[in-house]
Amino acid sequence: MPSLLQERTQAGLNSRQEQSAGIRAGAKVRGGVARLLRGLVGVVALAVVWEVAPRAGWVDPNFVSPLSEVLKAWYELLSSGELWTHLGASLFRSAAGFALALALAVPLGAAIAWYRPVRELVSPVLELFRNTAALALLPVFVLILGIGETSKVAIVLFACFFPILLNTISGVATVDQQLLRSARVLDLSAVTTFRKVVFPAALPTIFTGIRIAGAAAVLVLIAAEMIGATAGLGYLINYSQYNFLIPQMYAAILTTTGVGLAINYGLVALERRMSRWRA
Amino acid sequence: MTGKIALLGVRQVFEVRGDNDRRLREFVALQDLDLEVSDGELLTLVGPSGCGKSTVLDLISGLSTPTGGSVLVDGEPVTGPGLDRGVVFQQYTLLPWRTALGNIEFALEALGGLSRAERRRRGRSYLELVGLADFAGSYPHELSGGMKQRVAIARSLSYEPEVLLMDEPFGALDAQTRERLQEELVQIWRRTGTTIVFITHDIDEAVFLGQRVAVMTTRPGRVETTLDIVLNRSSSEEDVRSTPEFARYRHQIWTLLRHPGAPSAQLEEVHRVA
Repeated sequence: MPSLLQERTQAGLNSRQEQSAGIRAGAKVRGGVARLLRGLVGVVALAVVWEVAPRAGWVDPNFVSPLSEVLKAWYELLSSGELWTHLGASLFRSAAGFALALALAVPLGAAIAWYRPVRELVSPVLELFRNTAALALLPVFVLILGIGETSKVAIVLFACFFPILLNTISGVATVDQQLLRSARVLDLSAVTTFRKVVFPAALPTIFTGIRIAGAAAVLVLIAAEMIGATAGLGYLINYSQYNFLIPQMYAAILTTTGVGLAINYGLVALERRMSRWRA
Repeated sequence: MTGKIALLGVRQVFEVRGDNDRRLREFVALQDLDLEVSDGELLTLVGPSGCGKSTVLDLISGLSTPTGGSVLVDGEPVTGPGLDRGVVFQQYTLLPWRTALGNIEFALEALGGLSRAERRRRGRSYLELVGLADFAGSYPHELSGGMKQRVAIARSLSYEPEVLLMDEPFGALDAQTRERLQEELVQIWRRTGTTIVFITHDIDEAVFLGQRVAVMTTRPGRVETTLDIVLNRSSSEEDVRSTPEFARYRHQIWTLLRHPGAPSAQLEEVHRVA
């Protein structure tokens, strides 16, 4: 079995040789099919264990339903339209909070990074807020904004805001000095320099923050919906558990997994599209 | 030929903090520096590392202002960067998210007054000038170091500055690529007639490229001497670097850098030989 050490130190073409051989970097054959199959085996194994363990009595079937029953419950939720209601509510809240966070954090982060006095002024405050758990503030949000949609959107906004903000600050503040010098030599205005040099250069770092925020949006929202809501996936999970609808509870949990996967892979694909220029 | 660039009694002082004590002290980078560059000339500025060569370039490009003395381009004091002067740095300064052509278009966007199609056409013609017409759509990470510097040179020439400032642009390249680019630069200079100030710590490079070589000494930096270089470059067959004249210039500059202030009796001799 090839270990990491072996793989990384194996002799192969260097980048010059790849170039002269007309091979695009990284396009070497790496057994893509075999890798895909191995990954699939892992997922299938998990599914089998999930199905067999409750039926064989290894775990209490009252608490862990076999996968087939979970899928059946999921199908029922889907066909009754109930799933869509909850999924829609959750997606709306996380999308709204996420979009607001993006719209606020990127310009603010850029301004903070651009002006050193501003950075020095707000950095300690930001550290305080960043280290305050978003969920700890949920009672505050409910108190001020009420139990409705606003408080849930607000807590997603809060959770998404800091990863994006901090990554924007670090992305803008660490732009290659040489690129800035070449922009100055061209006598570009500050606005043009920002638009054409600083922002594109910072984008990969900003995107790291966006991905963290995407994961945080789902996490925080589910928890918030468990505490005070009448719709949403978090509510559905909690409600199912209270009413001992265990397969339905797992179906709702699986749905949140799906949402998380979709958001993450969607953002990764978007990132790849926008940074095709990278090696 | 008139003075295109003139540095008169330039003094540049930086405030620095010492490594051992934390006290602020003055670091004199340049002192009483005089340098004149004629219109259309290719002048090389050679000196040991840390002598303030790049500081001179920053002053001419307008990235910094002198503590004392004056920096003039076309008789006017330099107040800031401008598109009448292009700069090529040692480090690759191409925008990694733009193609080779896109990087040249970036400079032309700064110039303004050109349509998209015109920028494209002009970008391509300058890529052709540096022999990279086939790589217009390549991103910087797909290009070798030499190719990247060619694109950077094309970018700086594309907006047709009157002066091209080059700060050890070939310093990071391997020896063979460096020699080829030096030859190409001389050809480009002949074709465009741009005034070029080329900074290097490599004596061979200074002699090969320069019509004149300004020799800088260190602590504080100033121009020790300026030498006219007269070499017969007409035959393309002969390797000009291996001629006795080249060796003599090389040795002369080497001596000046080793023993600054020594009487340069050899200087006269070389002129007579040349």
